[in-house]
Amino acid sequence: MNPSIIVQKVNKSFGKKPVLNEVNLTIGKGQLYGLIGPSGAGKTTLVKMIVGMEKANSGTIHVLDEKMPNLAILQEIGYMAQSNALYLELTGEENLKFFASLFKLNKDEQRTRIAYASNLVNLTADLKKRVAAYSGGMKRRLSLAIALIQDPQLLILDEPTVGIDPELKLSIWNELLRLKNDEGKTIIVTTHVMDEAERCDMVAMVRDGAILASGTPDELKDLYHVGSLDEVFLKAGVKQHENLGVN
Amino acid sequence: MRISALIKRITLQLLRDKRTLGLMFVAPLLILTLMYFLFNGNTVDPKLGVVGIDEQLVKGLEKTDIQVIEYEKASSDTVIDKDLDGLLEADSGNMILTLKNDDTSKAKALQMKVNQVAAAQVQKKLIQQSPAAGGMATKQIDTKYVYGNKDTVFFDVLSPILVGYFVFFFVFIISGIGLLRERTTGTLDRLMSTPIRRWEIVTAYLTGYGIFAIVQTVIVVIYAINVLDIVLAGSIFDVILINLLLALVALALGILLSSFAASEFQMIQFIPVVVIPQVFFAGIFPLDGMADWLQAVAKIMPMYYAGDALKAVMYKGMGLGEISGDIIALAVFAVIFIALNIVALKKYRTL
Repeated sequence: MNPSIIVQKVNKSFGKKPVLNEVNLTIGKGQLYGLIGPSGAGKTTLVKMIVGMEKANSGTIHVLDEKMPNLAILQEIGYMAQSNALYLELTGEENLKFFASLFKLNKDEQRTRIAYASNLVNLTADLKKRVAAYSGGMKRRLSLAIALIQDPQLLILDEPTVGIDPELKLSIWNELLRLKNDEGKTIIVTTHVMDEAERCDMVAMVRDGAILASGTPDELKDLYHVGSLDEVFLKAGVKQHENLGVN
Repeated sequence: MRISALIKRITLQLLRDKRTLGLMFVAPLLILTLMYFLFNGNTVDPKLGVVGIDEQLVKGLEKTDIQVIEYEKASSDTVIDKDLDGLLEADSGNMILTLKNDDTSKAKALQMKVNQVAAAQVQKKLIQQSPAAGGMATKQIDTKYVYGNKDTVFFDVLSPILVGYFVFFFVFIISGIGLLRERTTGTLDRLMSTPIRRWEIVTAYLTGYGIFAIVQTVIVVIYAINVLDIVLAGSIFDVILINLLLALVALALGILLSSFAASEFQMIQFIPVVVIPQVFFAGIFPLDGMADWLQAVAKIMPMYYAGDALKAVMYKGMGLGEISGDIIALAVFAVIFIALNIVALKKYRTL
């Protein structure tokens, strides 16, 4: 089975500032893949490039066997940005409907998908309210529901659980695992919360625009001879700084 | 269809935002009304004292809304004592007009009126005496009006331009900030992660805001003509057509410039740079007197063409055929700005 995403030798800089440096990444179909790293490491830029919203300076990205950017493939990608990106004047349902029509779902599909997605994030009762009246957590949940609206094969979630209470966070993670296990979806999650990284099949450590290490959480712990991903993260960071010092 | 989904969303958003709607629909009417009263303000009839003026002339003066008061004898002191605006005396065949001139514009207006009435009378007399001489007299005292009539006020000349300018201004601001908000809240990014094409976004924005621009244009034009009684010599449909084209230009320009603004605050900063200068070249100030380079600048201002076209239709009563050059110029502006918009969105996605 072909991998869902192949990132090859990708470089990206904004002006003179390099953001990504020779990034290689392969994500298999049906994997829950975590990109972990501090803020400003380049995680968001990397996922945006996978979606096709940013162009690489060099290197190639393939998603579902198609070279990105590719409009048709976007139909199969559910993307949730770091910012909530919602229309505050509209109700939750209107937001969902709008995005559903962008993906060309017909009326029946729209109804079932909106019911499914809003139920998943516990917003069914609040669908008729304007988003301006939503709490921070509700906006985050609606944003997640939008990412799921067209039933995409591939989910790319940029820090999906920021500002969500622990109980809901758990239920979202359980749902992500269910989507992966039962429906075979490929999911990319960026996070800087290590206990979330522990639940991923594979993790890649992103720091200063480069992938320092990747593997299963256990492999990474073995690699650095430590007991937790937190420590892996710290050690990887120190090691990189040492390398930079030598260079 | 994606475009219609986007149009529907934009419409809903605007309908929910009552204040912005108010700004778009009511603010232009408010300003127009204010300007109307400002420019038609000094309609207080001037008071003119007369001494030894023949009855016919007095009647003529009274017809032009001059309050004429006859005196046996008067001097410049009378003007001050009786609070007159002027004094007209007949002195052995010649007439002397003494103006109080405490308000120069008022004095000038009065002077003009008196001259006109006197000239008309002289002309009439001449024609009565010898029709041949009448032709000569008209050459010397020119009281003919090419456009407008004796009731024409400055506002009538100005208003066609103002109608267009307000449409331009408010459409520019609201559409520009509309797309800008989409950028700053991240929803544009999110749109770009769906299979929508760049031209579909531009089309939807133009249509969505275009609907409101049409409503605004129609309201402003109808209000100006029916309530404020602005002169409309030509066809109202031509006026609306010109304004719609102008609104389209403003719409495309607003959306385009919003790509160069990082915040609403920065969008507002385009007003003095882009919007205000338009009014200088819209025909309120005569272009012929401007320096050559300024005249060249005027040619790249959409309002220059719109102002010219509106003045031609509303004031001079011309038809579409005579203003086709302006119409084409506006259409070219719109096409250029729309194309640039599609290019500017490349910043977000190349497809």
